[in-house]
Amino acid sequence: MKSITKSKPFDEIKECLERFDRIFVIGCGTCATMTRTGGIEEVAGMIGRLQEWGKIVTGSTVIATSCDEMTGAAMAENGQAIRDANCILVMSCALGVQKTAQYIDQPVIPALDTLFMGIEEGPGIFLEACDQCGQCVLGETAGICPITACHKGLINGPCGGTDNGKCEVDKERDCAWTLIYQLLEKQGRLDLMKKYHPPKNFQVAPRPRLIRVISD
Amino acid sequence: MAQSLREALDSGKFVITSEIGPPKGTNIARMLHHIDLLKDKVDALNVTDHQSSVMRFPSIGGCLAIKERGGEPILQMTCRDRNRLALQAELLFAYTRGIRNILCLTGDAVPVGDHKKAKGVFDLDSSQLLHTIRLMESGKDLGGNDLDGVVEFCAGAIVTPEAKPIEPQLARFEKKVEAGVEFFQTQAIYDLENFARFMEFARQFRVKVLAGVILLVSARMAKYMNENVPGVLVPQNLIDELAGAPKGEALTRGIEIAGRMIAALKKDSICDGVHVMAIGREEVVPDILAAAGL
Repeated sequence: MKSITKSKPFDEIKECLERFDRIFVIGCGTCATMTRTGGIEEVAGMIGRLQEWGKIVTGSTVIATSCDEMTGAAMAENGQAIRDANCILVMSCALGVQKTAQYIDQPVIPALDTLFMGIEEGPGIFLEACDQCGQCVLGETAGICPITACHKGLINGPCGGTDNGKCEVDKERDCAWTLIYQLLEKQGRLDLMKKYHPPKNFQVAPRPRLIRVISD
Repeated sequence: MAQSLREALDSGKFVITSEIGPPKGTNIARMLHHIDLLKDKVDALNVTDHQSSVMRFPSIGGCLAIKERGGEPILQMTCRDRNRLALQAELLFAYTRGIRNILCLTGDAVPVGDHKKAKGVFDLDSSQLLHTIRLMESGKDLGGNDLDGVVEFCAGAIVTPEAKPIEPQLARFEKKVEAGVEFFQTQAIYDLENFARFMEFARQFRVKVLAGVILLVSARMAKYMNENVPGVLVPQNLIDELAGAPKGEALTRGIEIAGRMIAALKKDSICDGVHVMAIGREEVVPDILAAAGL
């Protein structure tokens, strides 16, 4: 799983940073490095832009995986430079931003927008593969997720907007249900196309979501 | 209108429906004019529900106007803008106001419309909405609770006979039949041979099929539909026929084509009726019906 991000427009970042003059920058060595939004190079680029704008960059680090306990260790290692800053700019997905916020008192500002959880389809191509709905139907949809691969997230087959196997929203995108049909046909499981799926439960794990896997 | 849509469908007559597009704004004079013009010439009138995801006066408002003026409305309900609570509530309200026909639609995608940043709801889909209607008729809501007073509706859905590939659409068609649909109004069809093949499939089931006929007003519109409207295929010979019309007479030619198609569908009893869509030219629907000899 990869947390897919894109860089926020620099003007938007500037708006958030306006009131701060000393900034510490954090990148992430996992997903944001793969998506080229928060790796070593992007962090260096950001530092340059901040300095050009007249800000003082007190330090920076690229945490191997910014959404786990390593963030705590990295914070400790960079304690002085972080204390010297009056805000932290985080170039990771929202998981890393929130993890960082748990360890420090200063304001944490995201430099990226988190788009979706995806898999790498090819070099530099990321595809949303799961909406974490809590009721997996992949066993009946030939391994293609209709929640994420269909624009409308339909679970009972294609809408009338499909045309030549493409989606009405984007003619370059495949219609998920055409693909599902074709695979089910190959697998001799076309009867599943006629199976009625009742309305989904959108409260499988109501927000705020939290799960304890270790009992006391 | 003396007869309900269900009675008309059950009578075995060639059923004619048409549709009304509500305005974007509070000026409903033109919509009311169209209703007055058409209500006694057709068996029922659909009112579109934010067609093409473009925000408009609501379908239920148009249906109430039809009802007040003595017509037979078909309430189009999409699942794009309301969750299951709102959909059920609207069904309750519609029933109490004498609306007896619902066309269940999933709804166009949000990005094709004029509120591109809106949240598409799709809490239910068209098949689930059909099930919901039948469930509410049995006295329960989707939460499993008892209703104090039930609904009863003639429930319809849509199908796209020209979709490519057609097989996934046919599977969905069967699912809608299973969900208790009584009638289908189809996406526009222009190739009668292809449509007759679709009807051979549809005739296996106890449902009525009204063929969708969209008025072509110019060769340009026909080409536009081919390129931009999913599941619509206007054959080249019709495009040529429209293009060959003398200047200023393309609309007349389009009316002739629509009338000719309707007459052919009726003559050979290919389907159970037609749904005439004259998007923006509702005033010529009587001319289309006259051209069809109806």
